Amino acid sequence: MNNFPAFLHLKLGIYVKYFVDWLIKNFGEFFEALTEALLWFLGQVESFFLWLPWWVVVGGVCFLGWRLRKLSTGITFALLMLLIGSFKLWDATMATMALVLTSVVFSLVIGIPLGILMAYSERTSTLMKPVLDAMQTMPSFVYLIPAVMLFNLGKVPATFATIIYAVPPVMRLTELGIRRVPREMVEAAHSFGSTAWQTLVKVQLPQALPTIMTGINQTTMMALSMVVIASMIGAKGLGMEIMIAISRLDIARGFEAGISVVILAIIIDRLSQGLVHKFKFPE
Amino acid sequence: MQMTIKVKVENLTKIFGRSPKAVLKKVQEGMSKEEVLKKTGHTLGINNVSFEVKEGEIFVIMGLSGSGKSTLIRCLNLLNVPTDGKIYVDGENIVAYDKHQLREYRQKKVAMVFQHFGLFTHRTVIKNVEYGLEVRNIPPGKRYEIARKVLATVGLEGWEFKYPTQLSGGMQQRVGLARALANDPDILLMDEPFSALDPLIRREMQLELLDMQAKLKKTIIFITHDVNEAFKLGDRVAMMRDGKIEQIGTPEEIFSTPANEYIENFVKDIDKTKIIQAKNIMFKPAALISLKDGLNVAAKEMERNGISSVFVVDSERRLLGLVTIDDTVKAIKEHKTLIDILRHEYNTTGPETYIQDLLPIATESKYPIAVVDENNKFLGIIVRVSVLSALI
Ligand SMILES: Nc1ncnc2c1ncn2[C@@H]1O[C@H](COP(=O)(O)OP(=O)(O)O)[C@@H](O)[C@H]1O
Ligand SMILES: [Mg+2]
Repeated sequence: MNNFPAFLHLKLGIYVKYFVDWLIKNFGEFFEALTEALLWFLGQVESFFLWLPWWVVVGGVCFLGWRLRKLSTGITFALLMLLIGSFKLWDATMATMALVLTSVVFSLVIGIPLGILMAYSERTSTLMKPVLDAMQTMPSFVYLIPAVMLFNLGKVPATFATIIYAVPPVMRLTELGIRRVPREMVEAAHSFGSTAWQTLVKVQLPQALPTIMTGINQTTMMALSMVVIASMIGAKGLGMEIMIAISRLDIARGFEAGISVVILAIIIDRLSQGLVHKFKFPE
Repeated sequence: MQMTIKVKVENLTKIFGRSPKAVLKKVQEGMSKEEVLKKTGHTLGINNVSFEVKEGEIFVIMGLSGSGKSTLIRCLNLLNVPTDGKIYVDGENIVAYDKHQLREYRQKKVAMVFQHFGLFTHRTVIKNVEYGLEVRNIPPGKRYEIARKVLATVGLEGWEFKYPTQLSGGMQQRVGLARALANDPDILLMDEPFSALDPLIRREMQLELLDMQAKLKKTIIFITHDVNEAFKLGDRVAMMRDGKIEQIGTPEEIFSTPANEYIENFVKDIDKTKIIQAKNIMFKPAALISLKDGLNVAAKEMERNGISSVFVVDSERRLLGLVTIDDTVKAIKEHKTLIDILRHEYNTTGPETYIQDLLPIATESKYPIAVVDENNKFLGIIVRVSVLSALI
């Protein structure tokens, strides 16, 4: 009596599989092209990061910390980066950085125009809102499933899943930022005979910029957390180090990799928040 | 004033809502604003409005909040698209403009000053002023040059690189004005530009606008809900109510012959001291002495009219001074002449002085106030009682 009735057996999964099979059969070339493009871009970014001498990276982080916040921040960041290097996790960190950067770039390229579209079109906005809500309530793991279905294992599905997971904040905040531009200001722009493009570029986007920067900060942080999780489907980097440590119950290695992720998160967050402040104008 | 018609508005109607065209017919059949709202859910912004604005005049549109003033002025640069009617600017119907023509019109011919300034808070003051020029792709060096000049004319030298929010309200609106002037438009649309300012700053800005207008001679369409402001600034004033224009005329005309009870009630509130001028209350004195008339004529004239002093003019009616009856009688005995006893401790004023400024003089002055033109030619006198009675 305690068992769930056996006759209630819905084989939904099989239909999803059919659907994915159908997608791959009909759009296979599209996914292949996408894979190629992503791989190429990732490859460029990754080899750039690995080509960079370590002291340039440390120096760069120090400089940015100093300019965007203060000198002591820059020095602290530099020391933290050295700490990561001393764990022998430098290459893994650079691989993670490459994945994060690639995902963020793609997220912005997709998210900002869509956010603008949502601000301009009520219909797009009402259509996208529930989708974005759903995307943000879903656990990040779930994104791995369709990514793997469409792209198999490796860096590409990892990046793909990360983009999908990280894109909502920048979209939302771009929309919000543009909608919040005072009506009179937009009308003033129109009254001088601005084209729609001039109004967008000279008034709406600059006005929305502080808000959009907040969105970029959030997107970046989400990308970082997702990249770590995406190591489950074969993305190399700090996440992979943690996975290996867990599977081998290697506490020491796991701890070092974990700390490195935390350091990376702190540095990226503080630097991008400093950037947000740079774009503020007196309200 | 030139008589060229700059803007001509014909039967302009604006209805807000889902299908304004369908509602238009009912409005034309005479449905009232309230009925329209109740039966169709549409708002009648302005209803069959017609008027003309002459080149170089300040045309004020005045009405209570919600009477459709903003709706009307926003039609003039097509921020609102009229539901029906025509707007001719320099003879061209701007309602029929295509996108390209409209942009050209907005860039070159017309500029707007907004109630809450509408400044770009992410741009410095000078970048705000440059905006209209930037949109027209004027090269950076040139637009910087122009913007600096315009900022100087509104008294904002030295504030170029501040952000708008770092300025006081009055200064922000000066930026708004400078931004509108930078394109050197023929027409300035000003939608309650001073309503958000303190009374003191507001008075100052009004005077500056009049000063500026004396030099620039733009065609200004100015919106206000303040009757005093309307009558102070307007060469002509249109009184609006519920989306219709009830009366158009000079301040004097509206003041002396209000078209209906509604306007009469309005004008009652007016501070008359700011509309009535010296020339409206002065009168020709009963007696006026010419220098060649001599002491005896002066004495006789004063006696006959029962007055204790009289003004003396030269052969071209230029004011020379004033003599009193006591001085005259004494001078006759002592064989002096008229020139010896001329007094100068009276007040003079121009014909266009407002009685607001005459009041303090009139109440303390022993003698009547002499009204003279810029060549010191005698025009008339004002006595205390006529100043006071004008206020009732
Ligand atoms: N965009 C709009 N949509 C709907 N109704 C409007 C809109 N703009 C103005 N109205 C209505 O039109 C009428 C006139 O408004 P407005 O021109 O702003 O008056 P005023 O400027 O004289 O205070 C009001 O009843 C107002 O609610
Ligand atoms: Mg208004």
